[in-house]
Amino acid sequence: MSYISHPPGQTHVTDALIIGAGPVGLFAVFELGLLDIKAQLIDILDRPGGQCTELYPEKPIYDIPALPVVTGQQLTDQLMEQIKPFGAQFHLNQMAEACVKTDTGFRVTTDQGSVIEAKVVIIAAGGGSFMPKKPPLPGIEAYEGTSVFYAVRNRSAFAGKNIVIAGGGDSALDWTLNLQPIAQHITLLHRRDDFRAAPHSVNAMREMVATDKMSLVIGNPTALQGNNGQLTGIDVTLADKSTTTLSADTLLAFYGLTMKLGPVATFGVGMQNNLITVNTENFETDVPGIFAIGDINTYPGKLKLILSGFHEGALAAQKVFRYVHPDRKWRFEYTTSSSNLQSKLGV
Amino acid sequence: MKINVTDRSGKNHCLDAVEGWRVMEIIRDHAERIPALGIKAECGGALACATCHVYVDEDWVDQIPEPSEEEIEKLDDAFAVDEEFSRLSCQIIMTEETDGLSVTLAPGSEP
Repeated sequence: MSYISHPPGQTHVTDALIIGAGPVGLFAVFELGLLDIKAQLIDILDRPGGQCTELYPEKPIYDIPALPVVTGQQLTDQLMEQIKPFGAQFHLNQMAEACVKTDTGFRVTTDQGSVIEAKVVIIAAGGGSFMPKKPPLPGIEAYEGTSVFYAVRNRSAFAGKNIVIAGGGDSALDWTLNLQPIAQHITLLHRRDDFRAAPHSVNAMREMVATDKMSLVIGNPTALQGNNGQLTGIDVTLADKSTTTLSADTLLAFYGLTMKLGPVATFGVGMQNNLITVNTENFETDVPGIFAIGDINTYPGKLKLILSGFHEGALAAQKVFRYVHPDRKWRFEYTTSSSNLQSKLGV
Repeated sequence: MKINVTDRSGKNHCLDAVEGWRVMEIIRDHAERIPALGIKAECGGALACATCHVYVDEDWVDQIPEPSEEEIEKLDDAFAVDEEFSRLSCQIIMTEETDGLSVTLAPGSEP
């Protein structure tokens, strides 16, 4: 899958900015492209596909019209192929943080310092931004960023630390192996003595446990100890339901990702139960020029289906055309018969 | 057909259940009226997220079908997992045999 992905920190200008590169955001690129509307997409994940590639890349989907069965990854790959002629540009690993009105449309800024000026904004953010799951331990917020982390941004910051790594997947195992040489001590904490990480990582970890280079504890964290944001220990319930306290100054927790609505809630569009209200004629929000399609919107009769999001994107594109090309007459055409559309598709 | 669900504050709710539904779906349906029953269940039953985690009451553990290998693995992404009682409620289907099932909502599955 090849596509244009921009590094963060730059300023870009486009017709339509799509927030969310899941299936619905991707298909919107197609519908916009047919109407000569250029699009860029922002996504917090490191690749297109949204939930389809993050949550269930291998799981079959049976309700995409004309595709009796397709996996989340296949659907994403096919959509990327379908929108290829339109050269959409991606801003990945970034979260849309703010959206302000300008004379020409909107200025959206990301948490990584990118700025995108667009005539319209289409929010296709699904269930929100994927963020690390935070263990429900009392007072954990006070330690976040000082002693408790959900990702390693700067490896050297962990040198000499007494680290507990919680989790049993590839992230937990990879960082256990990666940080062990520079940490003072590493304890891997997992609920069961079985790991779904890559077998060679698991073997390498077990070898280090056998040679006393690190510790493995089977159990669940129940409480954090420390003060002023500095962790000193982690209370743990062990497999036999007895309790103990692991000494630690750092906790790295890897329990997968979850979706949180995030900053979209501050964009000023009307909302109901954490969903964006839209009209069903063109899926525009109550802010002219901002649209919402896919799982993130709500209206009477809404169904959270990928196919509904495709429909919503198609209708939204027609209204977007009026903002982007106000001087042009809107014309309805079929890809089957229109040489104009076929030339855009390069067929 | 009923299920008993203990919310995160310890209050018990006896809920009407529907045969063939997932326990997660029954809880989610009632949560529209009873916010204390809120359950994230963000993947909608695809066994992809572990945000519908519950503890099955001791009396019931042996009376419902055992978890699949995939469900046991997916519990790695849940919190405060109990190897004996933890289940993902999207994987328990209501049948005559599960009529009266009692479960408790686990921490970390709040919407």
